[in-house]
Amino acid sequence: MELLGELFNLMGNTQFWVAVLRMATPLILGTLGVLLCERAGVLHLGIEGIMVAGAFAGWLAVYAGAPLWLGVAVAAGVGAVLGLLHALLTVGLALSQHVAGLGLTMLATALSYFAYRVRFPKVSTPPTITPFAEMAWLPIPVLNGQTPLTLLALLLVPAVAYLLYRMPAGLALRMVGENPHAAESQGISVATTRTLAIVAGSALMGVAGSFLTLSAFNAFFFNMVNGRGWICVALVVFASWRPGKALLGALLFAFFDALQLRLQQSGVAAEAFALPYQLYLMLPYVLSIVALIVVARRAAYPQALMKPYLKGER
Amino acid sequence: MRLERRDHVSARWALGAPFVAVAATLLLSSLLVLWAGKPVGQTFSAIALGGFGSVFAWSETLTRATPLILTGLAAALAFRARLFNIGAEGQLYAGAVAAIMVGGLHGGTGFEAPAWLLLPLMLLASALAGAALLLGPALLKAKLQVDEVVTTLLLNFIVLLAVGALLDGPMKDPTSMGWPQSVALQAELELGKLVEQTRLHSGLLLAGAAALGVWVLVRFSVLGFQIRATGANPQAAAFAGVPITRTIVLTAMLSGALAGLAGAIEVAGRTGYVTLDMSPGYGYSGIVVAMLAGLHPLGVVLASVFVAGMLVGADSMSRVVGVPTYIADVIVAASLLNMLVAVMLAQYRPRWR
Repeated sequence: MELLGELFNLMGNTQFWVAVLRMATPLILGTLGVLLCERAGVLHLGIEGIMVAGAFAGWLAVYAGAPLWLGVAVAAGVGAVLGLLHALLTVGLALSQHVAGLGLTMLATALSYFAYRVRFPKVSTPPTITPFAEMAWLPIPVLNGQTPLTLLALLLVPAVAYLLYRMPAGLALRMVGENPHAAESQGISVATTRTLAIVAGSALMGVAGSFLTLSAFNAFFFNMVNGRGWICVALVVFASWRPGKALLGALLFAFFDALQLRLQQSGVAAEAFALPYQLYLMLPYVLSIVALIVVARRAAYPQALMKPYLKGER
Repeated sequence: MRLERRDHVSARWALGAPFVAVAATLLLSSLLVLWAGKPVGQTFSAIALGGFGSVFAWSETLTRATPLILTGLAAALAFRARLFNIGAEGQLYAGAVAAIMVGGLHGGTGFEAPAWLLLPLMLLASALAGAALLLGPALLKAKLQVDEVVTTLLLNFIVLLAVGALLDGPMKDPTSMGWPQSVALQAELELGKLVEQTRLHSGLLLAGAAALGVWVLVRFSVLGFQIRATGANPQAAAFAGVPITRTIVLTAMLSGALAGLAGAIEVAGRTGYVTLDMSPGYGYSGIVVAMLAGLHPLGVVLASVFVAGMLVGADSMSRVVGVPTYIADVIVAASLLNMLVAVMLAQYRPRWR
């Protein structure tokens, strides 16, 4: 009963909802990024590494004196360059999208950690920057506890939806992901369209990473992305490849993540369950798998997902 | 740019591809070393000497290669059937925990069973634990078309947290002064050393035997044929009467078992107990090893020695020259990507139009 009361209190607690939206932000950005790639027919497992690289590059730029927004732009740029590499491997050379993505994640992570250690050989406590401030001037309750990057993420949801469903470019993007042969016969270049989708999606993944270092925290840590990229890949399936549902999925996910954090801290829950804290931390990963299973039967995968397209080959 | 399949893959291309890949990787890593402001030649010779330059270096390299061979085989076997098992890291930890459950010092006494019986039981338990962990994702893939990459990746995080909970709770070593470490394995179950005064243990022989076994399985057995057929073209294989679900599940069990064994062998051969940092990503490196080997079970052994040598060499180079050890991870990841590209270009001709 006490637990129910506590939960009830939590639902009325603004700070809790602020935390939910904050934790959802990198997931929203990353999920939109994966969504763009997969709608064009390319699986992008490089997201985990691109988020690491974006987090590092954005933070390093700001640490070196750049304004915060330039840091975000740098993260997007690094993401775009890595995305171009993924496009070269998976679209240009038609390599296995699974392996190329994993290789890219390993490479981007290793490069970021290497660069961090070259730049800061012997620091025990990570150097810090001044991150984005909360938008306290906004008259909207939960949103005024967020930084501008969260606002950007929220605005990108309708923007991506508009691109996909209301613009010729979006139609071309979906077409190369469903039926590349038909697209090619309409004069749409499959290779160019897929490359642009991957580059744009990867830039979003870079920004998702930079949120961690420029907004959620103020420093770069090893392992700070901690599987968030993989969760985004699961969320896209859960969202049936739709931007609106992606937002919903990210929020739902962040809700449970914030809830487990509160339950861990709350004495009531600890007394009620007496569970090891690791079980709470497992929740996001378990939920991702459950989400995949729940939607499995009606998952409408883009028809050409993971199928490389080579002109003149079937 | 478009790719055309070559009618005939020339021997020059086929044999030259790996060398081109290595050269491109060395070029990239040289640039990074230059950027770090360190001498390139000295860095690479220090890596080579640290990994392969002495008996001690070889013993360390082969010690590291032992679990890599097993996780590499796990990946190679599964990838052959196009089952993308990225969960070897979690399966390794599951195997390590199972090894301690069977062979650990429970309350200081251990099981009342002789070592000759307990050792195979311990290996069996770890293999089963690894296999059980991959069973779920394999069934989900076969029955519901749930992508196994994401499920196995997420399971790695879940397993690591579960191991953390076990090390805080039921498996905690009461004498470890709060250090997160499991109870120790019975001394009789520890694997013998191959070379005195080094850490090289007989687990290497076991890993080698596993490589031979997997090669025989893939090359000569019915299941091996079914695995290759499923990977090459599932529709055609199903049409020809290959039981796809059964093949995928059996492949998953074998793949998970190999990764689980890696955990038991690490515990019995090197650490003696389970910690949360006992594997520096052997599960993930195993994928690189498998790809570098072109999914060939015997090639996995060579690729493991190469990757292990890089990691060991970079550790010792870092102490002498001062280039961060992460250069080894860059070299390993870049050689994976370069190798993929080189092999592709050996089979396809790019046309610039």
